[in-house]
Order: sequence, then C-alpha cells, then structure tokens
Amino acid sequence: MATKLSPKQYVERAERLSGGHRLCAGCGAGIIVRQLLMGAKDNPVVVSNATGCLEVSTTIYPYTAWKDSFIHSAFENAAATISGVEAAYKSLERQGRVDSDKPYKFLSIAGDGGSYDIGLQAISGALERGHDIVVACYDNGAYMNTGFQRSAATPRGAWTTTSPNGKVSIGKTQPRKNLTAIAVAHGIPYVAQASPHNFRDLIAKAETAFETPGPAFLNILSPCPRGWRSADEMGMALAKMMVESCWWPLYEVVDGEYKISYDPKNRKIPIRDWMKQQGRFKHLFTPANEEFLDELQVDCDREWERLKQLAALSTPADKPVAE
Amino acid sequence: MSTQTKLQAVTGNQAVAMAMKQIDPDVVAAYPITPQTDVVQTYSQYVADGLVKSEFVTAESEHSAMSACIGSAAAGARTMTATSSAGFALMWEVLYVAASMRLPIVMTTVNRALSGPINIHCDHSDSMGGRDTGWIQIYNEDAQEAYDATVMGFPIAEHAAVRLPLMNMYDGFIISGAIGPLRALSDEQVQDFIGQAPPYPSLLQPKNPATFGPFDGLHGWYFEHKVSQNLAMEAALPVIQDTYDRFAELTGRQYHHLMTYGMEDAEVALVTIGSSAGTARSVQAKLRSEGIKVGIVKPRTFRPFPTEEFAQAISGVKAVGIMDRADSFGAQGGPLYLEVLAALYQRGVSTKTVNFIYGLGGRDLYPQNIEEAIRTLQSAADGGDLPNSRIYLNLKGAQ
Repeated sequence: MATKLSPKQYVERAERLSGGHRLCAGCGAGIIVRQLLMGAKDNPVVVSNATGCLEVSTTIYPYTAWKDSFIHSAFENAAATISGVEAAYKSLERQGRVDSDKPYKFLSIAGDGGSYDIGLQAISGALERGHDIVVACYDNGAYMNTGFQRSAATPRGAWTTTSPNGKVSIGKTQPRKNLTAIAVAHGIPYVAQASPHNFRDLIAKAETAFETPGPAFLNILSPCPRGWRSADEMGMALAKMMVESCWWPLYEVVDGEYKISYDPKNRKIPIRDWMKQQGRFKHLFTPANEEFLDELQVDCDREWERLKQLAALSTPADKPVAE
Repeated sequence: MSTQTKLQAVTGNQAVAMAMKQIDPDVVAAYPITPQTDVVQTYSQYVADGLVKSEFVTAESEHSAMSACIGSAAAGARTMTATSSAGFALMWEVLYVAASMRLPIVMTTVNRALSGPINIHCDHSDSMGGRDTGWIQIYNEDAQEAYDATVMGFPIAEHAAVRLPLMNMYDGFIISGAIGPLRALSDEQVQDFIGQAPPYPSLLQPKNPATFGPFDGLHGWYFEHKVSQNLAMEAALPVIQDTYDRFAELTGRQYHHLMTYGMEDAEVALVTIGSSAGTARSVQAKLRSEGIKVGIVKPRTFRPFPTEEFAQAISGVKAVGIMDRADSFGAQGGPLYLEVLAALYQRGVSTKTVNFIYGLGGRDLYPQNIEEAIRTLQSAADGGDLPNSRIYLNLKGAQ
C-alpha cells in the first residue's frame, strides 16, 4: 500500500474537482472524488461516470466541474466505457500518438445502483479483461438520484421508497450484496474498502489502486443526508461510526491477501448508535423491533469475525494490525 | 481503373474482415453473435498473428461492446465493431449515445431476425429498428458491396461536416455465409483512400481536458443538440455521394444512394433492399423478355434518406411495389414502404403503391414470388387496383 502522508502533504496536491457543482450539502460523492483524484498524484486521469447524482450535479451543460477529461455515457456502462478509453490509450500510446509527459490513469465511478445492480455486468467484464483501470463505487445504500429507491446495497431493515416500512413490512427485508467480495472473486490484484472520513486511508488506497498495474476496485461508503434522513453536517461523523461499529470495515485485499486497515478493538460501537441517527431506520426503534435490531447486530458481528479470519489466514501472526 | 487484386471467392463475413484488416482500426470492441461471428473470429486471428495494430476488447455483451466503442472513439481512436439481431437490440440505448456524441464509429450489422420466437436467419428488423438512432445506414447487396462500403465507412463518418457513426448492413447467411466474388483493393490503396481523421477534441489531450456526455436538462440545449444531429445527417447525403464517386475513380465501381436498373422506360417498379435485389434483377430480365417494362430500385443509403432521389427515380411509373424485410406492426406497412410513400407524397409524385412483406426469419424469396409481385404491379398499371393492406410473399397457408 502507498504510504499515508500527512494532511499537509495531501493539501499540497491539486484539487481536481472544482467547487460550484450542485451536489447536496453533506453529500459524500464530491468529497470522495476529490480524495480519489488526489491518489492519482500528478498523472492525467480520464474519468468515466455512470448516470447518477455525481454526474447530473457536476456536468450541467455548458459547465463542468471536472478538471480532468470526463465521459458519461449511460447508467450501466461506466466500466465498459472506461475499458474502451483504456484500450484506445494502449493502442494510441503504442503508435506514439498520445502527447502526454505523464502516463494516463483511468477511473470509472458509479453509485451503488450503477455498481451493485445495473452496472455489475460491465464491472465484472472490465475486471475480468484485466484493463489497467480503477473501478470505484460510492455506496450510499440506495438509488438516491431518483428519490431513494432500494438497491442491492440497501441495508436490511432500511426504509426506502421502494422498500417502505408499513403495517406488514419492516423495510428492506433482504441483506446487502457483498460487492467487495464479488470484486475479490475476480482475482484482481487490488481491492479495498474505504470511507471518506478517514481521508488519509482513502487517498493512500486510491494511490495504490492507480499505481497497481491491472484492474483495481474500491468500494467507498458515501454519506447521503437526503436518503439517510440524517443531518447535513453529520455525514463524516456517521461514516466514522459505521466504520467504528465494523459494519463498514476498512480493509484491502492485495493479490488475494486480506489486510484489515483499521480495527477499533475495544472501541467497537453497536450499530444502533448510528442507526438511530438516520431517519431511514427510525421505524425500527420500537420495543417490538428490539429482536430484529439484535439480529442485525449479530449479522454485522459475524461478518466482521469472518473478515478477521480471512485476514488472519493472510497475515503472519507476528504482524499486528494497525489500531 | 487502377490495379486491384485478383478475383477471390469469399463469404460476406470474410470480405468484411479483410476490409477491417486493411483499415487496421486502433480499437475493435465486439461480442460474438450468429451470423456475425466469423467477422469477430477472423479479426481475433489477425490480432493473434500480429497482422494488425488494433487493441481488441472482447466485451462481455454487445451493450458493453458499444459502450467500449464510445469510450474508445471519444479517446480519439478509430473504432470498429460488428453485430447482429439481439446484439443490435442490446446496443440500442447506447447507439443513440454514440450518435449524439458525434463519434465516427463504423459498425457492421449482419442482418438477422429479432426474437421472438428466436430465429437466427435473415431479416432487416434489427437495423430497421435502429433507423432513428442517428447512425448513417448503408445497405449492401453482396460481399463486394459490403467490402466496398466498409472501406468507405471512415471517410464518410469522420468527415468534418458529418461526424456521425455509420453502420453497414448485409443479409445474414445469404451474404454473410455464402461464397461470392470479391475484388479487393491493396492495403496501400485502402490506407490512401481512408487517410487520416480530421482533428477533433478527445479525452486524451492533456492540455485540453474535455467533458463528454454532460447532463443537458430542461433549461439546457438538448433540443439544439438534436437539431444539430439532423443537420449533420443532411450534410452527410452529399458527402456519401462524393465518397462513392471518389471510390469509383479508384475502382470503377460506381455507387449511388439508389441503384436503379431499367428505370429509364419502366412502367412498373420494384423497390428492394439487400440481397433480394439480385434475385429481382434476374426475374426482371425474364419478364422484360416477355414485354413487361419493369424497373428495379435498390436503396443503398437509407439514413440519411434520399428523398429527392426516390422521387426522381419513381416519377413516371404507373405502379410501384416496395418490398420490406421487416414489419412495423400496426402501421400501414413496413419501414421502407412508409418512408418511400412519404417521399413520393412530399415531392408530388402520384402513382399506385403497394407493400410486399417478405423473408421474415429467413423465409426464402423465390424468383416466382418476385414474378408474382411484378405481375400484380403490371395488372395495376393496366388499370387494376392494389390493396391497401400488405401483400405477404411466400407465406404458408394464407395465400
């Protein structure tokens, strides 16, 4: 993994997404993009972006917030589109037809709808073909751009407009799909989970992803005050709590070896702590649902233990995990 | 007439793969589907043998193949692909994106029926379904035409006044898999003919980063962008003819938007696209020897639609039959019929018309079916009536 630098050193890197875009106050997506692009250092980047909040808010014609080259084609094909750009670069570079001092880097970015659901096939194809690209997902847990519909990333029990709680429903009944594990199953050289509240970790992971030859996948937790029904200013604090609860663990998988990037150990908090600050879970906080909340906690703990076992299988016993 | 290679016997797909090899695009992104498959297979072998410089993206679907083509062309690379049928249908969403981004991708569409029921044989419902995607559409009769049109693809698509994607069609199996004669150009002739693309903004210009495909909502310029696409289509019509003419100087093979056969003195005319035109010409020869003055009109350029050329070609005939190898359910007839009728009405050409639907799902079109069609037109020319409803050729049972 790339060395984590001090905040001061990161501040010296160029801002590559300009202000004035139309993302909501408190949205994680713009923050994540700025951190990801810091990871590209001073290499030029071509960004392929799926249809969604990020795209509609940053490229309102005739304006663009992107200082790098950017392409949006459709919802499900950001990864396929970047495949084509990368193939073009390889071909033109080989022919001496790219006029650039620094090598180009290629980033595909989509929300959870464009990654877990409608874009999954294109991501899988691009990862399998081995393009030298970074595929990132900003996961806010629903189709927020169209008004909070459930996706395969929506947490079990969450209210969305297509998984509403009602007299006979508790909200979304199914557990989340584990997209990070699916990416790992492709046998690609680098996969990581990150959160923007820990920006040193995220930028270092982005840097590693960009520098790793071949495909890399980053799954990034993205606060959404509108869809989470949470306070605008609480986004980073909530992301931190979700990581502290080990519900969104920070880890990386390098050539199949699991490494946990952050283990809260005895500071691990219950998932209820952040759930009760998000209106999408409000209906669960009744005496009748205590057992269901306990079940969700058991699910979270089991996944965390499983991840630790995978890391233990990968890590020599004398090599401690960062605290 | 310059030196061309000797006459060869090849399938339509081999002819197109050869043209692609001679063009040697920067990127090919494709997915296999019958009956296009051996275009992709043959090209893969060229890549494996180091005969081309192309990057080959073996996409996991046609949607992703076209999406990769979009990324590649936006990055400034000459980009080609090929598809058929369901693959074409799966691309449908992004075909519009390619055209609206003004990306000069060249695609071979080997015509095949759409499901369902599933059927792998020829009809034109795939590409006819994509006639409003904003792509230039050229229909070819045989392997030679398909080869020639492939060579002419980039000079048309990349022309500064055009900048539109272009698709070339030929009939699945009938042309794609059947062996026919081909006179190919030399590699040098192809490279000289296609030349270099005029400069255009791309994703890979570090001093001039560009945003492609921005959001263009309610208060934006979406409407104006659509109008500009139509202006580019209008501009394409003379560019296509100029390219046909320039190709004729090189090869002696002169193409037009409409190829006409015996229309000078025709009393009745049959309009037909693709391989059926060959069958129609052989029947024409027979019936002319009996004194029936029948002409054949074979459209090559379908998008942009050559309205004026149709009006001129058909003006003067007493009855015209328009043959469609695709149907438009619930409309007055197939797509070619509807567009020819609109052209004739707009240009004040009044004649008796009828729509023949034929060949759906690869149903054979025999010479006697065409003869039957021409005799129907002749009886109308002699004072009889033509039905407003479709006439189906070689339909089991009903007739």
